Amino acid sequence: MQISGAQMVIEALIAEEVEVVFGYPGGAIMNVYDEIYKQRSFQHILTRHEQAAVHAAEGYAKATGKVGVAMITSGPGFTNGVTGLADAYMDSIPLVLISGQVPMSLIGTDAFQEIDAVGISRPCTKHNYLVTDAADLPRILKEAFYIARTGRPGPVHVDIPKDVTAQIAKFDYSKEVELETYKPTTKGNTRQIKKAIDAIAASKRPLLYLGGGIINANAAELVREFSKMTQIPAVETFMARGTLRYDDPLLISMLGMHGSYAANMAMSETDLVIGLGARFDDRVTGKLSEFAKNAQIIHVDIDPASISKLVNAHFPIVGDVKNVLEQMIPLAQEQIDPKRYESWHNTIANFNKLHPLSYKEEGDRLKPQWVVERIGQLLGDGANISTDVGQHQMWTAQFYPFTRPRQWVSSGGLGTMGFGFPAALGVKRADMERVSINITGDGSILMNIQELMTAVEYKLPVINVILNNNFLGMVRQWQTLFYDKRHSSTDLSMQPDFVKLAEAFGGVGYRVNTKEEFDAALKDAVEKNVVAIIDVVVNRFENVLPMVPAGGSLFNMMLEYKEK
Amino acid sequence: MMEQTERRVISVIVMNEASVLSRIAGLFSGRGYNIESLTVAPIPESKYSRITIVTAGSVRVVEQITKQLHKLIPVLKVYEHADLVETEMALVKIPMNESLGDIEALTHAYNGRIVNVGSDTMIVMISDEPMRVNHFLEAIKRFHPKEIVRSGSVALER
Ligand SMILES: Cc1ncc(C[n+]2csc(CCOP(=O)(O)OP(=O)(O)O)c2C)c(N)n1
Ligand SMILES: [Mg+2]
Repeated sequence: MQISGAQMVIEALIAEEVEVVFGYPGGAIMNVYDEIYKQRSFQHILTRHEQAAVHAAEGYAKATGKVGVAMITSGPGFTNGVTGLADAYMDSIPLVLISGQVPMSLIGTDAFQEIDAVGISRPCTKHNYLVTDAADLPRILKEAFYIARTGRPGPVHVDIPKDVTAQIAKFDYSKEVELETYKPTTKGNTRQIKKAIDAIAASKRPLLYLGGGIINANAAELVREFSKMTQIPAVETFMARGTLRYDDPLLISMLGMHGSYAANMAMSETDLVIGLGARFDDRVTGKLSEFAKNAQIIHVDIDPASISKLVNAHFPIVGDVKNVLEQMIPLAQEQIDPKRYESWHNTIANFNKLHPLSYKEEGDRLKPQWVVERIGQLLGDGANISTDVGQHQMWTAQFYPFTRPRQWVSSGGLGTMGFGFPAALGVKRADMERVSINITGDGSILMNIQELMTAVEYKLPVINVILNNNFLGMVRQWQTLFYDKRHSSTDLSMQPDFVKLAEAFGGVGYRVNTKEEFDAALKDAVEKNVVAIIDVVVNRFENVLPMVPAGGSLFNMMLEYKEK
Repeated sequence: MMEQTERRVISVIVMNEASVLSRIAGLFSGRGYNIESLTVAPIPESKYSRITIVTAGSVRVVEQITKQLHKLIPVLKVYEHADLVETEMALVKIPMNESLGDIEALTHAYNGRIVNVGSDTMIVMISDEPMRVNHFLEAIKRFHPKEIVRSGSVALER
């Protein structure tokens, strides 16, 4: 089949069974947009900013497990998308970003809207390509999707000069990808796995340390089976929320900087860490030399570079966590006595009793944590939850009753304010049956507020719940705690009228001061089924607690803050 | 606590494609690894190139470098072990002077020769183990070299 480069892009997307592309056109990508206009196989959603297009594709990918696709033009279109690429890279999200580039003959001349896109995307993608000949395009696109979704997933960027999209060449989208230099290990080493099981069977205080890799690998079901069978307690990273049900008796809670006291104490007391798809991030470990000091470490990860990068693993197992669990379960069934850990369970229960995750209801202002819990009570499993970045994000991770993997979509690695709303649009597009909630802050929401228009146009009724503290709250908290209350440039007392703002775009808005108002607003927003902003006035000076100050040890938590 | 750093030679076999060198150089600069020298040339009659990198780092850092290199899509193999035959070349421009015989004898001792003689200057070439190249460059100082260029190491597993 002899077709143009632009037609090849369409054919490749169809062959990859892409159902939606998030994008924004411009000069260098116009040939491709012309072909999008002519086809009916997939939907194109025009976001109102390229950054939002990439975040929406991320949200879609996180909710479905499929490869998200975004398309943007050269120069400023591309640079606007870079934050999304970096975000997807840090959180291992499978994504293909297609960008236009100036024609080959103009590359290197500082042409209009020329920028060295692959030079910029190299450090924030799993791989990238500059296509110099349409004849290479089918192979490159095929490889791009393959690389994005296999191994440790990640974003792949394909930059296509305008003349290449016009060039006619042979289209052969062969079914198999053969990459001599890229062969991710997916099965775990049997001998290592046997040793790991022996170590678990011999341990007294083992602890499952569950990471986001479990969600990526669709391995949550197996984790549930493994933990139930062995009765080994578990902590989740921020990225792994939803792996176990919130009410699973074996789930302690989230660990790390804003993890629960019990989770962090369990990590400090365990004699065997069973790390599954987690990467020992600094926000999780605190001071490395004190982290899990009494423990041996089993580390299962698809990415060999994650193993022993920060914490030395005694039992390194490279492989897809799903395959490895499949290998582990029959051995565990034979060898591990689930009754063995009873006194360990008691220890953990005591930690939990001593300092449970909690907050105090006081004064007449709503507490932000209450709002999160209330959404959980009212919608629970029926909602998918995205967030922006800040205090509201941590409260959501702490207090939402997650019931399943892929229910939780938040920017963990990069911590990108402005992620939540477009990501929630992608989530909604992926799962129209459930309510898509973006729990956000008064700072973050303004970073991609233009997406109200996208939500209205494409009937993607995301509900944005602003936990409005009139502050860049998380930064304000650090200023309060570590900068002697010098609240430099974090006061957001200057605010738009969020109700009118939502209405101006054709959505609905609510301003909420009381519990009753909140319940009514949420109910109404769900019923109206259009994009909404619920602007909830919450206590301004609430802090996210407990907290491990940066660089501190997990067992040394700040449990409460007293006004000095 | 600082971990002990040591000099390491890493040999990388990569697909012969335009962007591969920038990927590797970018990996080193982006992750704060140091490059003492880097050489690259195609492997004859193949679609691969060999890149030889001399770096310094603790055992842990060098292990990370190796793993991160492996992660790059166009990287086929990474060799990182001590048992390599390693050679480097140097060219030195020296003012013409009467001790031609001494210079010739010195270069000989380091597998070298005089490769160019002009009216005011001459150029000598040597090729030897990097440590010996250092020694040579120390010894040649007394002939007041005007310019020195080193090739960086190339290495092959035994
Ligand atoms: C793009 C971006 N810029 C700056 C930051 C630094 N930052 C982290 S949290 C935060 C405050 C966010 O404020 P808001 O959205 O109101 O959330 P709150 O903490 O008040 O809940 C800031 C500025 C960031 N994470 N991302
Ligand atoms: Mg705020």
